[in-house]
Amino acid sequence: MTLSEQILSARSGQERLRPGQFILVDVDLGFANDLTAPPAIKEFRKYGSQVFDPGRVALVPDHFTPCKDIESAELVKLMRNFAHEQGIERFYEIGRVGVEHVLLPDAGLITPGMVVIGADSHTCTHGALGAFATGVGSTDFAFFLLTGKAWFRVPESIRVLLSGRLQSWVGGKDIVLYLISRLGVDGARYQTLEFAGETLAQLSMDDRFTICNMAIEAGAKNGIIPPDNVTMEYLYQVNPDWVNRHPGFALDPGKKAVYSREMKLDVSKLEPYVAAPDLPSNGHPVSELKEVKLDQVVIGSCTNGRLSDLKTAASVIKGRKVSSGTRLIVIPATQDVFRQAMAAGYLDTFVESGAVVTTPTCGPCLGGHTGVLAEGEVGLSTTNRNFVGRMGHPKSRLYLSSPAVAAASAVTGRITHPSEVV
Amino acid sequence: MKIKGNCWKFGDNINTDLIIPARYMTAYSAEELGRHCMEDADPEFPTKVRPGDIIVAGENFGCGSSREHAVLALKGAGVALVIARSFARIFFRNAINTGLPIIESPEAASAIEAGDDIEVDLSAGRIDNQTTGEQYTIAEFPEFLTQIIEKGGLLPWAKTL
Repeated sequence: MTLSEQILSARSGQERLRPGQFILVDVDLGFANDLTAPPAIKEFRKYGSQVFDPGRVALVPDHFTPCKDIESAELVKLMRNFAHEQGIERFYEIGRVGVEHVLLPDAGLITPGMVVIGADSHTCTHGALGAFATGVGSTDFAFFLLTGKAWFRVPESIRVLLSGRLQSWVGGKDIVLYLISRLGVDGARYQTLEFAGETLAQLSMDDRFTICNMAIEAGAKNGIIPPDNVTMEYLYQVNPDWVNRHPGFALDPGKKAVYSREMKLDVSKLEPYVAAPDLPSNGHPVSELKEVKLDQVVIGSCTNGRLSDLKTAASVIKGRKVSSGTRLIVIPATQDVFRQAMAAGYLDTFVESGAVVTTPTCGPCLGGHTGVLAEGEVGLSTTNRNFVGRMGHPKSRLYLSSPAVAAASAVTGRITHPSEVV
Repeated sequence: MKIKGNCWKFGDNINTDLIIPARYMTAYSAEELGRHCMEDADPEFPTKVRPGDIIVAGENFGCGSSREHAVLALKGAGVALVIARSFARIFFRNAINTGLPIIESPEAASAIEAGDDIEVDLSAGRIDNQTTGEQYTIAEFPEFLTQIIEKGGLLPWAKTL
């Protein structure tokens, strides 16, 4: 069976599963944010009074926090009160909160083989650890609060075989933008993207999170990477108990697994990749877009707000200045990332270059706050979506790239290959 | 169940940021969200849409974020039904879970034009285009989804577990 079929089989109690089958599954962890939890809580109250298992719930107010206005403060208050009333310990107040898809794995809450649902489409991020993780709606989350379960249609899986050694300045973001440009925004609709191949061993956990994070941008239900030494080393940092209790844990599709499609991706000649407006699938090699002038650059988010992302960006920008016509906003994804980036001197590098460094938040990624674009402005961001109006005005335009390209582009004020700057 | 209405037509990849931009998402009542439904795709839509109108769209309708606010906004605007060539998966489940009627039909989605009056008989699986006289058949939902739909959504269905 494919990796997704194996996990869904174990958690639904059905020995054999076939794609297209509808199943009810026990969910190991379910979470929601300040935009998706309030409607779920409202619906929950119509049908029940007691959360099935508060220990399996996390509430992460990361989107409009620190609360940008009275309405968003009311949303977080509603979540806070609900968490208190229901004994949900994993409610993260600002000062502890971070972008959910960075915060939860770093807290050791995601382990291989789990079923994870989040009322946020980028929940597919967690497949990087060998979990079945997928985004759902608020009603799904309310159903989970009531029953501990979720319904799924068993997905077909596309096997993505990555081969070749990456060139310098090329990483997880470039791979996934290239993959989405090949698949299109609905090329993996309803399906799993299951990754394999020799290139995986070269990819850090941060790169893997970035790749799985954007599985949804090809329409996928989830992305999944089989756990290996890199996974186990990460898990040993964040959840040593789990590693000690699962010596030699492995997920292997075996030879009989059936895939809807196999896709071979040779990444050895890949150059940094950039998605142009207005779809994540509109990918181009960075060299094709070097005339594009930028008003604003954002480095952060559940896609690229991790420590290694900030390290790469700082290495490009150190000793240089942000171009006078361009604004640079850097958003460490969590308090831990913030502190580590501070200790390593990255934040000082950014501030010295003329960037602003903000508190962890999703903020500008969805045009919420802390860096929204005006009419006609052009932005480049390390986030995951560049739909019309995503970062602000419907007539603003947004490009997506890696942190290395974003940092280099902030220095020159136009889309730039990092090697041109460093 | 029969739905009769006038059609609006949109293209491929109508994403949830277009259906309801995040700048309005501090609200989560259908009525409030409905006032801004589809405004970045067609600024006239929220003022001109009438209760019972039908949206017809291309591939991958509702792609992007998981926001159920998109379904709420459509309901709040009075949209009675969405017909598309295909739906993005989270939007699809949100519609099933909350009782917004949707039909996946490449044939109907391609043939129906903006302004057409159509009548849909969900139980008979038929769409009548009263403007052109054409008819299209609708594929049945799988049994599992039909149960949820018949109960009026996922949470009412949960009570039967």
